[in-house]
This record gives sequence, C-alpha cells and structure tokens, in this order.
Amino acid sequence: MTVMSRNDLLLFLGFTVVVLAMPIWLHPFGAAYPDLLQRFMIYGIFAVGFNILFGLTGYLSFGHAAFFGVGSYAAVWSFKLLSLDAIPAMIFAIVISGLFALIIGYVSLRRSGIYFSILTLAFAQMSYNLAYSVLTPITNGETGLQLTLNDPRYLDRAMFEAAPGQPVPTLLGQSLGGFAGFYFCAGFLILAFFIAQRITSSPFGMMLKGIKSNQTRMNYTGFNTKPYTLAAFVISGMYAGLAGALLAVTDPLAGAERMQWTASGEVVLMTILGGAGTLVGPVIGAWLIKYFENIFSAINENILHRFFDFLPDGVDNVLVAISSKFVGEGWFLTLGLVFVLIVVFLPGGIMEGVRRIAHLFDRSRRSPTKPGKATPHPQPAE
Amino acid sequence: MTTPNVVLHVADVHKRFGGLHALADIDLQVEEGQTHAIIGPNGAGKSTLLNVIIGKLAPSSGQVVFDGAILTGRKPYEINQLGIARVFQTPEIFADLSVLHNVMIPALAKRDGAFKLNLLRSLDSETGIRQEAEDMLEDVGMHSRREMAAGSLSRGDKRRMELAMCLIQHPRLLLLDEPTAGMSRHDTNTTIELLKKIKSRGMTKVIIEHDMHVVFSLADKISVLAQGRIIADGTPDQVRGNPKVQEAYLGGAH
Repeated sequence: MTVMSRNDLLLFLGFTVVVLAMPIWLHPFGAAYPDLLQRFMIYGIFAVGFNILFGLTGYLSFGHAAFFGVGSYAAVWSFKLLSLDAIPAMIFAIVISGLFALIIGYVSLRRSGIYFSILTLAFAQMSYNLAYSVLTPITNGETGLQLTLNDPRYLDRAMFEAAPGQPVPTLLGQSLGGFAGFYFCAGFLILAFFIAQRITSSPFGMMLKGIKSNQTRMNYTGFNTKPYTLAAFVISGMYAGLAGALLAVTDPLAGAERMQWTASGEVVLMTILGGAGTLVGPVIGAWLIKYFENIFSAINENILHRFFDFLPDGVDNVLVAISSKFVGEGWFLTLGLVFVLIVVFLPGGIMEGVRRIAHLFDRSRRSPTKPGKATPHPQPAE
Repeated sequence: MTTPNVVLHVADVHKRFGGLHALADIDLQVEEGQTHAIIGPNGAGKSTLLNVIIGKLAPSSGQVVFDGAILTGRKPYEINQLGIARVFQTPEIFADLSVLHNVMIPALAKRDGAFKLNLLRSLDSETGIRQEAEDMLEDVGMHSRREMAAGSLSRGDKRRMELAMCLIQHPRLLLLDEPTAGMSRHDTNTTIELLKKIKSRGMTKVIIEHDMHVVFSLADKISVLAQGRIIADGTPDQVRGNPKVQEAYLGGAH
C-alpha cells in the first residue's frame, strides 16, 4: 500500500469530521437523533457502493435492493443462530450478499445497457417474491424475520448464559442502541468511503472508468472486461449487504419490502441526485433524500393548515389541498419532481452544482490558474 | 508453409454474409517489419478483412495465423495480448478521461495482462507507467495536452493519441484502418510523418487506406482487393503498373 495523495487525504479527513460531528451540526435541522442518523449512515454506505458499479463502471443496476435485503436476512440469521454480537453478523452478511451478487452478476453481466438493467430488476423482483412467499421458512414471509427468546444462538450459549429479556444486538457485550448505534454505523460509513476512495484512485478503478468510457477500446487494448465488471458488481453487492446488515443491527427485523423495486430505485435516485461518479455525491444524495423523506412524510394537513394560517380562508384551503398531495404519503411525488428538475437542469447532480458555483467564484476572482488544476473538462472523482 | 519471416498469414479465408461473398480465397502473407497496405474500391471487403484478422468477425472458412498462433476464434483482448494493436477508422478512445490516462491504460494492459484485481495500489504510485506514457506523448508531440479530456481533442489529435495508445504497448503488429480518413491535408501529412517515424522502429504494420498518397508514401507492399478477392499483390511500383488494378479502380467497379 502506498500513501494517499494529499487531496485524497484531505477529502477523507474532511469527510470523517463531517460524519462524526453530525449529531452536532444536524442539531439545528432537527435531525440529530440516533434513529435518523443511523439511516443516514446506512443509506450512505448503500449509495457509495452502488456508485462503484453505476458511477464508476457505468452499469445501471435496478436490483441492488436484493443485496441489501439479503444482507439484512443474513445478519438476522446470524443473530438467531450464532450470536447477538454484531461482528459475526456483519461478516456473515457481507459474505452471503457477495456470493449472491456473484451469481446474479455473472448472469446479468452477459448483457449491458438496458438489458443489464432489466435483468437485475428481474432478479431483484424474483428475490423479493421468494422472500415474501416462497422461502417463508427462511424469511418468515410477510411478518418479517425477528429475534425471539428461543433462538438457538449456539455461540452465545456455548460461552455464557443468555441474558434474559428481549434479545438485542450488541457489540462485545455493549448495547448498540442510540448514539452507540450511530457511531457503530458511522465507523462503517467512514471505512466504506475510504475503500471506495482507494478503489477509485487505483489502477483497477481506472479500468472501471475505462469500461464506462469505451468498452470496445478496453477489449482491443487487451483487457478482459468481464471479470472487471463482475468484481465491481460483487463489491457493490457487498456494500449493499453491509448496509442491509447495519439496518438489521439497529433494528433486528428483516422484511421483504426492503428488496422491492422501489428500494432499488431509491438508491439510483440518491446516486444521481448527489452526482454519479463522484465520491461524496452519492452520500449527500442519500442524506438529503432520507432527511426530506423524514420531514415530508411527517407533515399532515393539520400542520399545513397551521403553516398557511396567515392567508385568507379560501386561499388557505386551496393551498393546503394542493400541497397536501406532496407530503405524507405523497412524499414520493415531491421526490419525483425534484429528481426531474435535477436531471433536466443539473445532470451531474448536486456535485455538478457545487462545481459550477466554485467555477463561478474562480472566474470572478480572476485568480492566476493553478498548475495542478489545469483540466478544462470537469473530471469527477479523480 | 509459413516461412520464418512471415509474421501474419491469412490463409485461404472466406467470409459470407448470407448470399454475399464478402471475402473469397484471401491468402495474404505479411512479412516482419514491413508496412503492408490493403487497398481497393469501396465495398471491396477491406474492413471485413481487418475485422477477420482482429477477431471481430469469424471467417466462414480458413484461418488467420499470427506468429504460429491461430487467431481465429480468439477474443479481441486475447489477440491484443498476443501483440496486435489496432487503430480504428473513427478513433476509439476514452473520451471522458485525460490524454495521459488514455495512454496509461494500454501500458497497464501490457504490464498486468488481461485482468488484475489491482485495487490497493494508488495510480499515483505507478510512476514507471506514468513516465512511459509521458515519454510516448512526447514522441507524438502531445505532451502539452496530457491533462486535457481526450474527448475535447481535434480529430487529428485523437488519431495521434490513439496511435500513442497502440504504440505504448510495443505491438509486434499494428493494424491501421484508414488512419487519415476524414482528416485535413495538414493532419494527413503529420500523420504520415508520424507513421514514417514509427516505421523506423521495425514494427510490422497492416494499413487499410483509401488515400493513394498515403499508401504510396508508406507501403512496402500492397495488396489490391476488389469484390472480395485479391487481384494484385506486390511492391508499390508493380501494383501501380498492373492493368487489373487500373480496371478495378477506373472501370470494373461500376
């Protein structure tokens, strides 16, 4: 291993500080409570991993929720069969989702473009239906897989008497509720970000960018692109499995709805919203979507009425009637609108917006051009 | 049948597309170190022949032998790893990546082979490969543009960069598909100069070309293709005086 470049190191340190300080700086936004923070971490990992396949390699998977769900089920099974400790559950989940991704990836990657996307979608929907009904003995179907007092937990019982009361996941005997759970997930997000950063700046990452840019040239240049794309697929599947396992650690209940196509679509939205192909973009996309989902889905007509109270009665009612369609259950309507606006006006996502603003500042300051930043074309994540 | 200095042997190749006999009875021997041009009117089968050599198309019968290895049935990446590089009619480049990275990628393919899970090293630590790529860009006169995105280059520069991408692999055989197609006279001339320069390195080249100016300034040997058959074969002077060639170009093609 070699040392990181200075820019990479700064980005990593900055990211670490921002993540660890989230309970502080998110306080004014009313988002600094553990449950939501954990979700920020978990979906951040999911999006970072998805970006390795989509942003870097250019393969749009519409079925990554399958690996997320497999990770959750594997983790809960580890809690049930082995131990309530989170570490074996994470390892087990990553291995199982990696194997699952290997099989699905091997078949799906025989095609590219839209056919690849459709294949992954088909596999994910099959997985969802298997989990929902066919494999009920493994997944507990509609109810979802839960922990019970009678779980065998062979490892735990071999070492000590099971603690009485409702079983909850732990880390080396410490409970993972509240902020402990957040920091546990944050550690994984930082690690996941670090690995993604290494991959992006490695020769392997360069090959993935080459595949995205021109697969024909890669082939005529002497690369067998299949194992490269498969490796990217499996790595991103393992990321999804890790994220799914963390969700099971913070809330040990795995349900089939986690694997549904809407969940697969959500991670696509997060990545594109933040900026596919960039390192931090997908994380920001995940955070924003989870944040606004939290806010918008909590709003109901009463709150809207209070909000529009200052207006005359008739106007008030009309506005509430319209805006109520976009909140609560209608949150997805808002998300869809925002997504359309982003894709139309900022196809590079939020990161492109940031770059444009930075560029504007650069120009207005008319600073002498820095030799290291002479690239005229924006090249994300390099 | 293959003599020691024949590096590429296209042996008795036929290619049919349905009822169309695109290539018939092609027998072509390319000698080591030579520049072998394949010329012919439109639709003569030049590109089909190149695609058969490079493994993009499978011949209906016959085979292609490169330095003792049968190419027929191998995948493009395997053929490249045997030491054959190709320049396309429309440059195939990594438009989103910088010029330097465009040239580093083939160098990595040469060093690391068809697949290597090289994800713990940093690209910045590949100083050897980087230096090699910079030297190569210096050679083709593009060093000052190394940080530019390849997609923003002019057509002539894209071609030169693509050539650099092939040359950095030190291929034993370089295939050029109309390297000056769609270029201005100026770009064509600089490309000819560049190809002459690499000729002195003793690399074997097969070049498909429309432009007779290019062909006669570069080729050691010329094969003339018409309606899927080789109708003439020889040095530029022999071909120039061949009545069959004149007929194919002036009368027979109509």
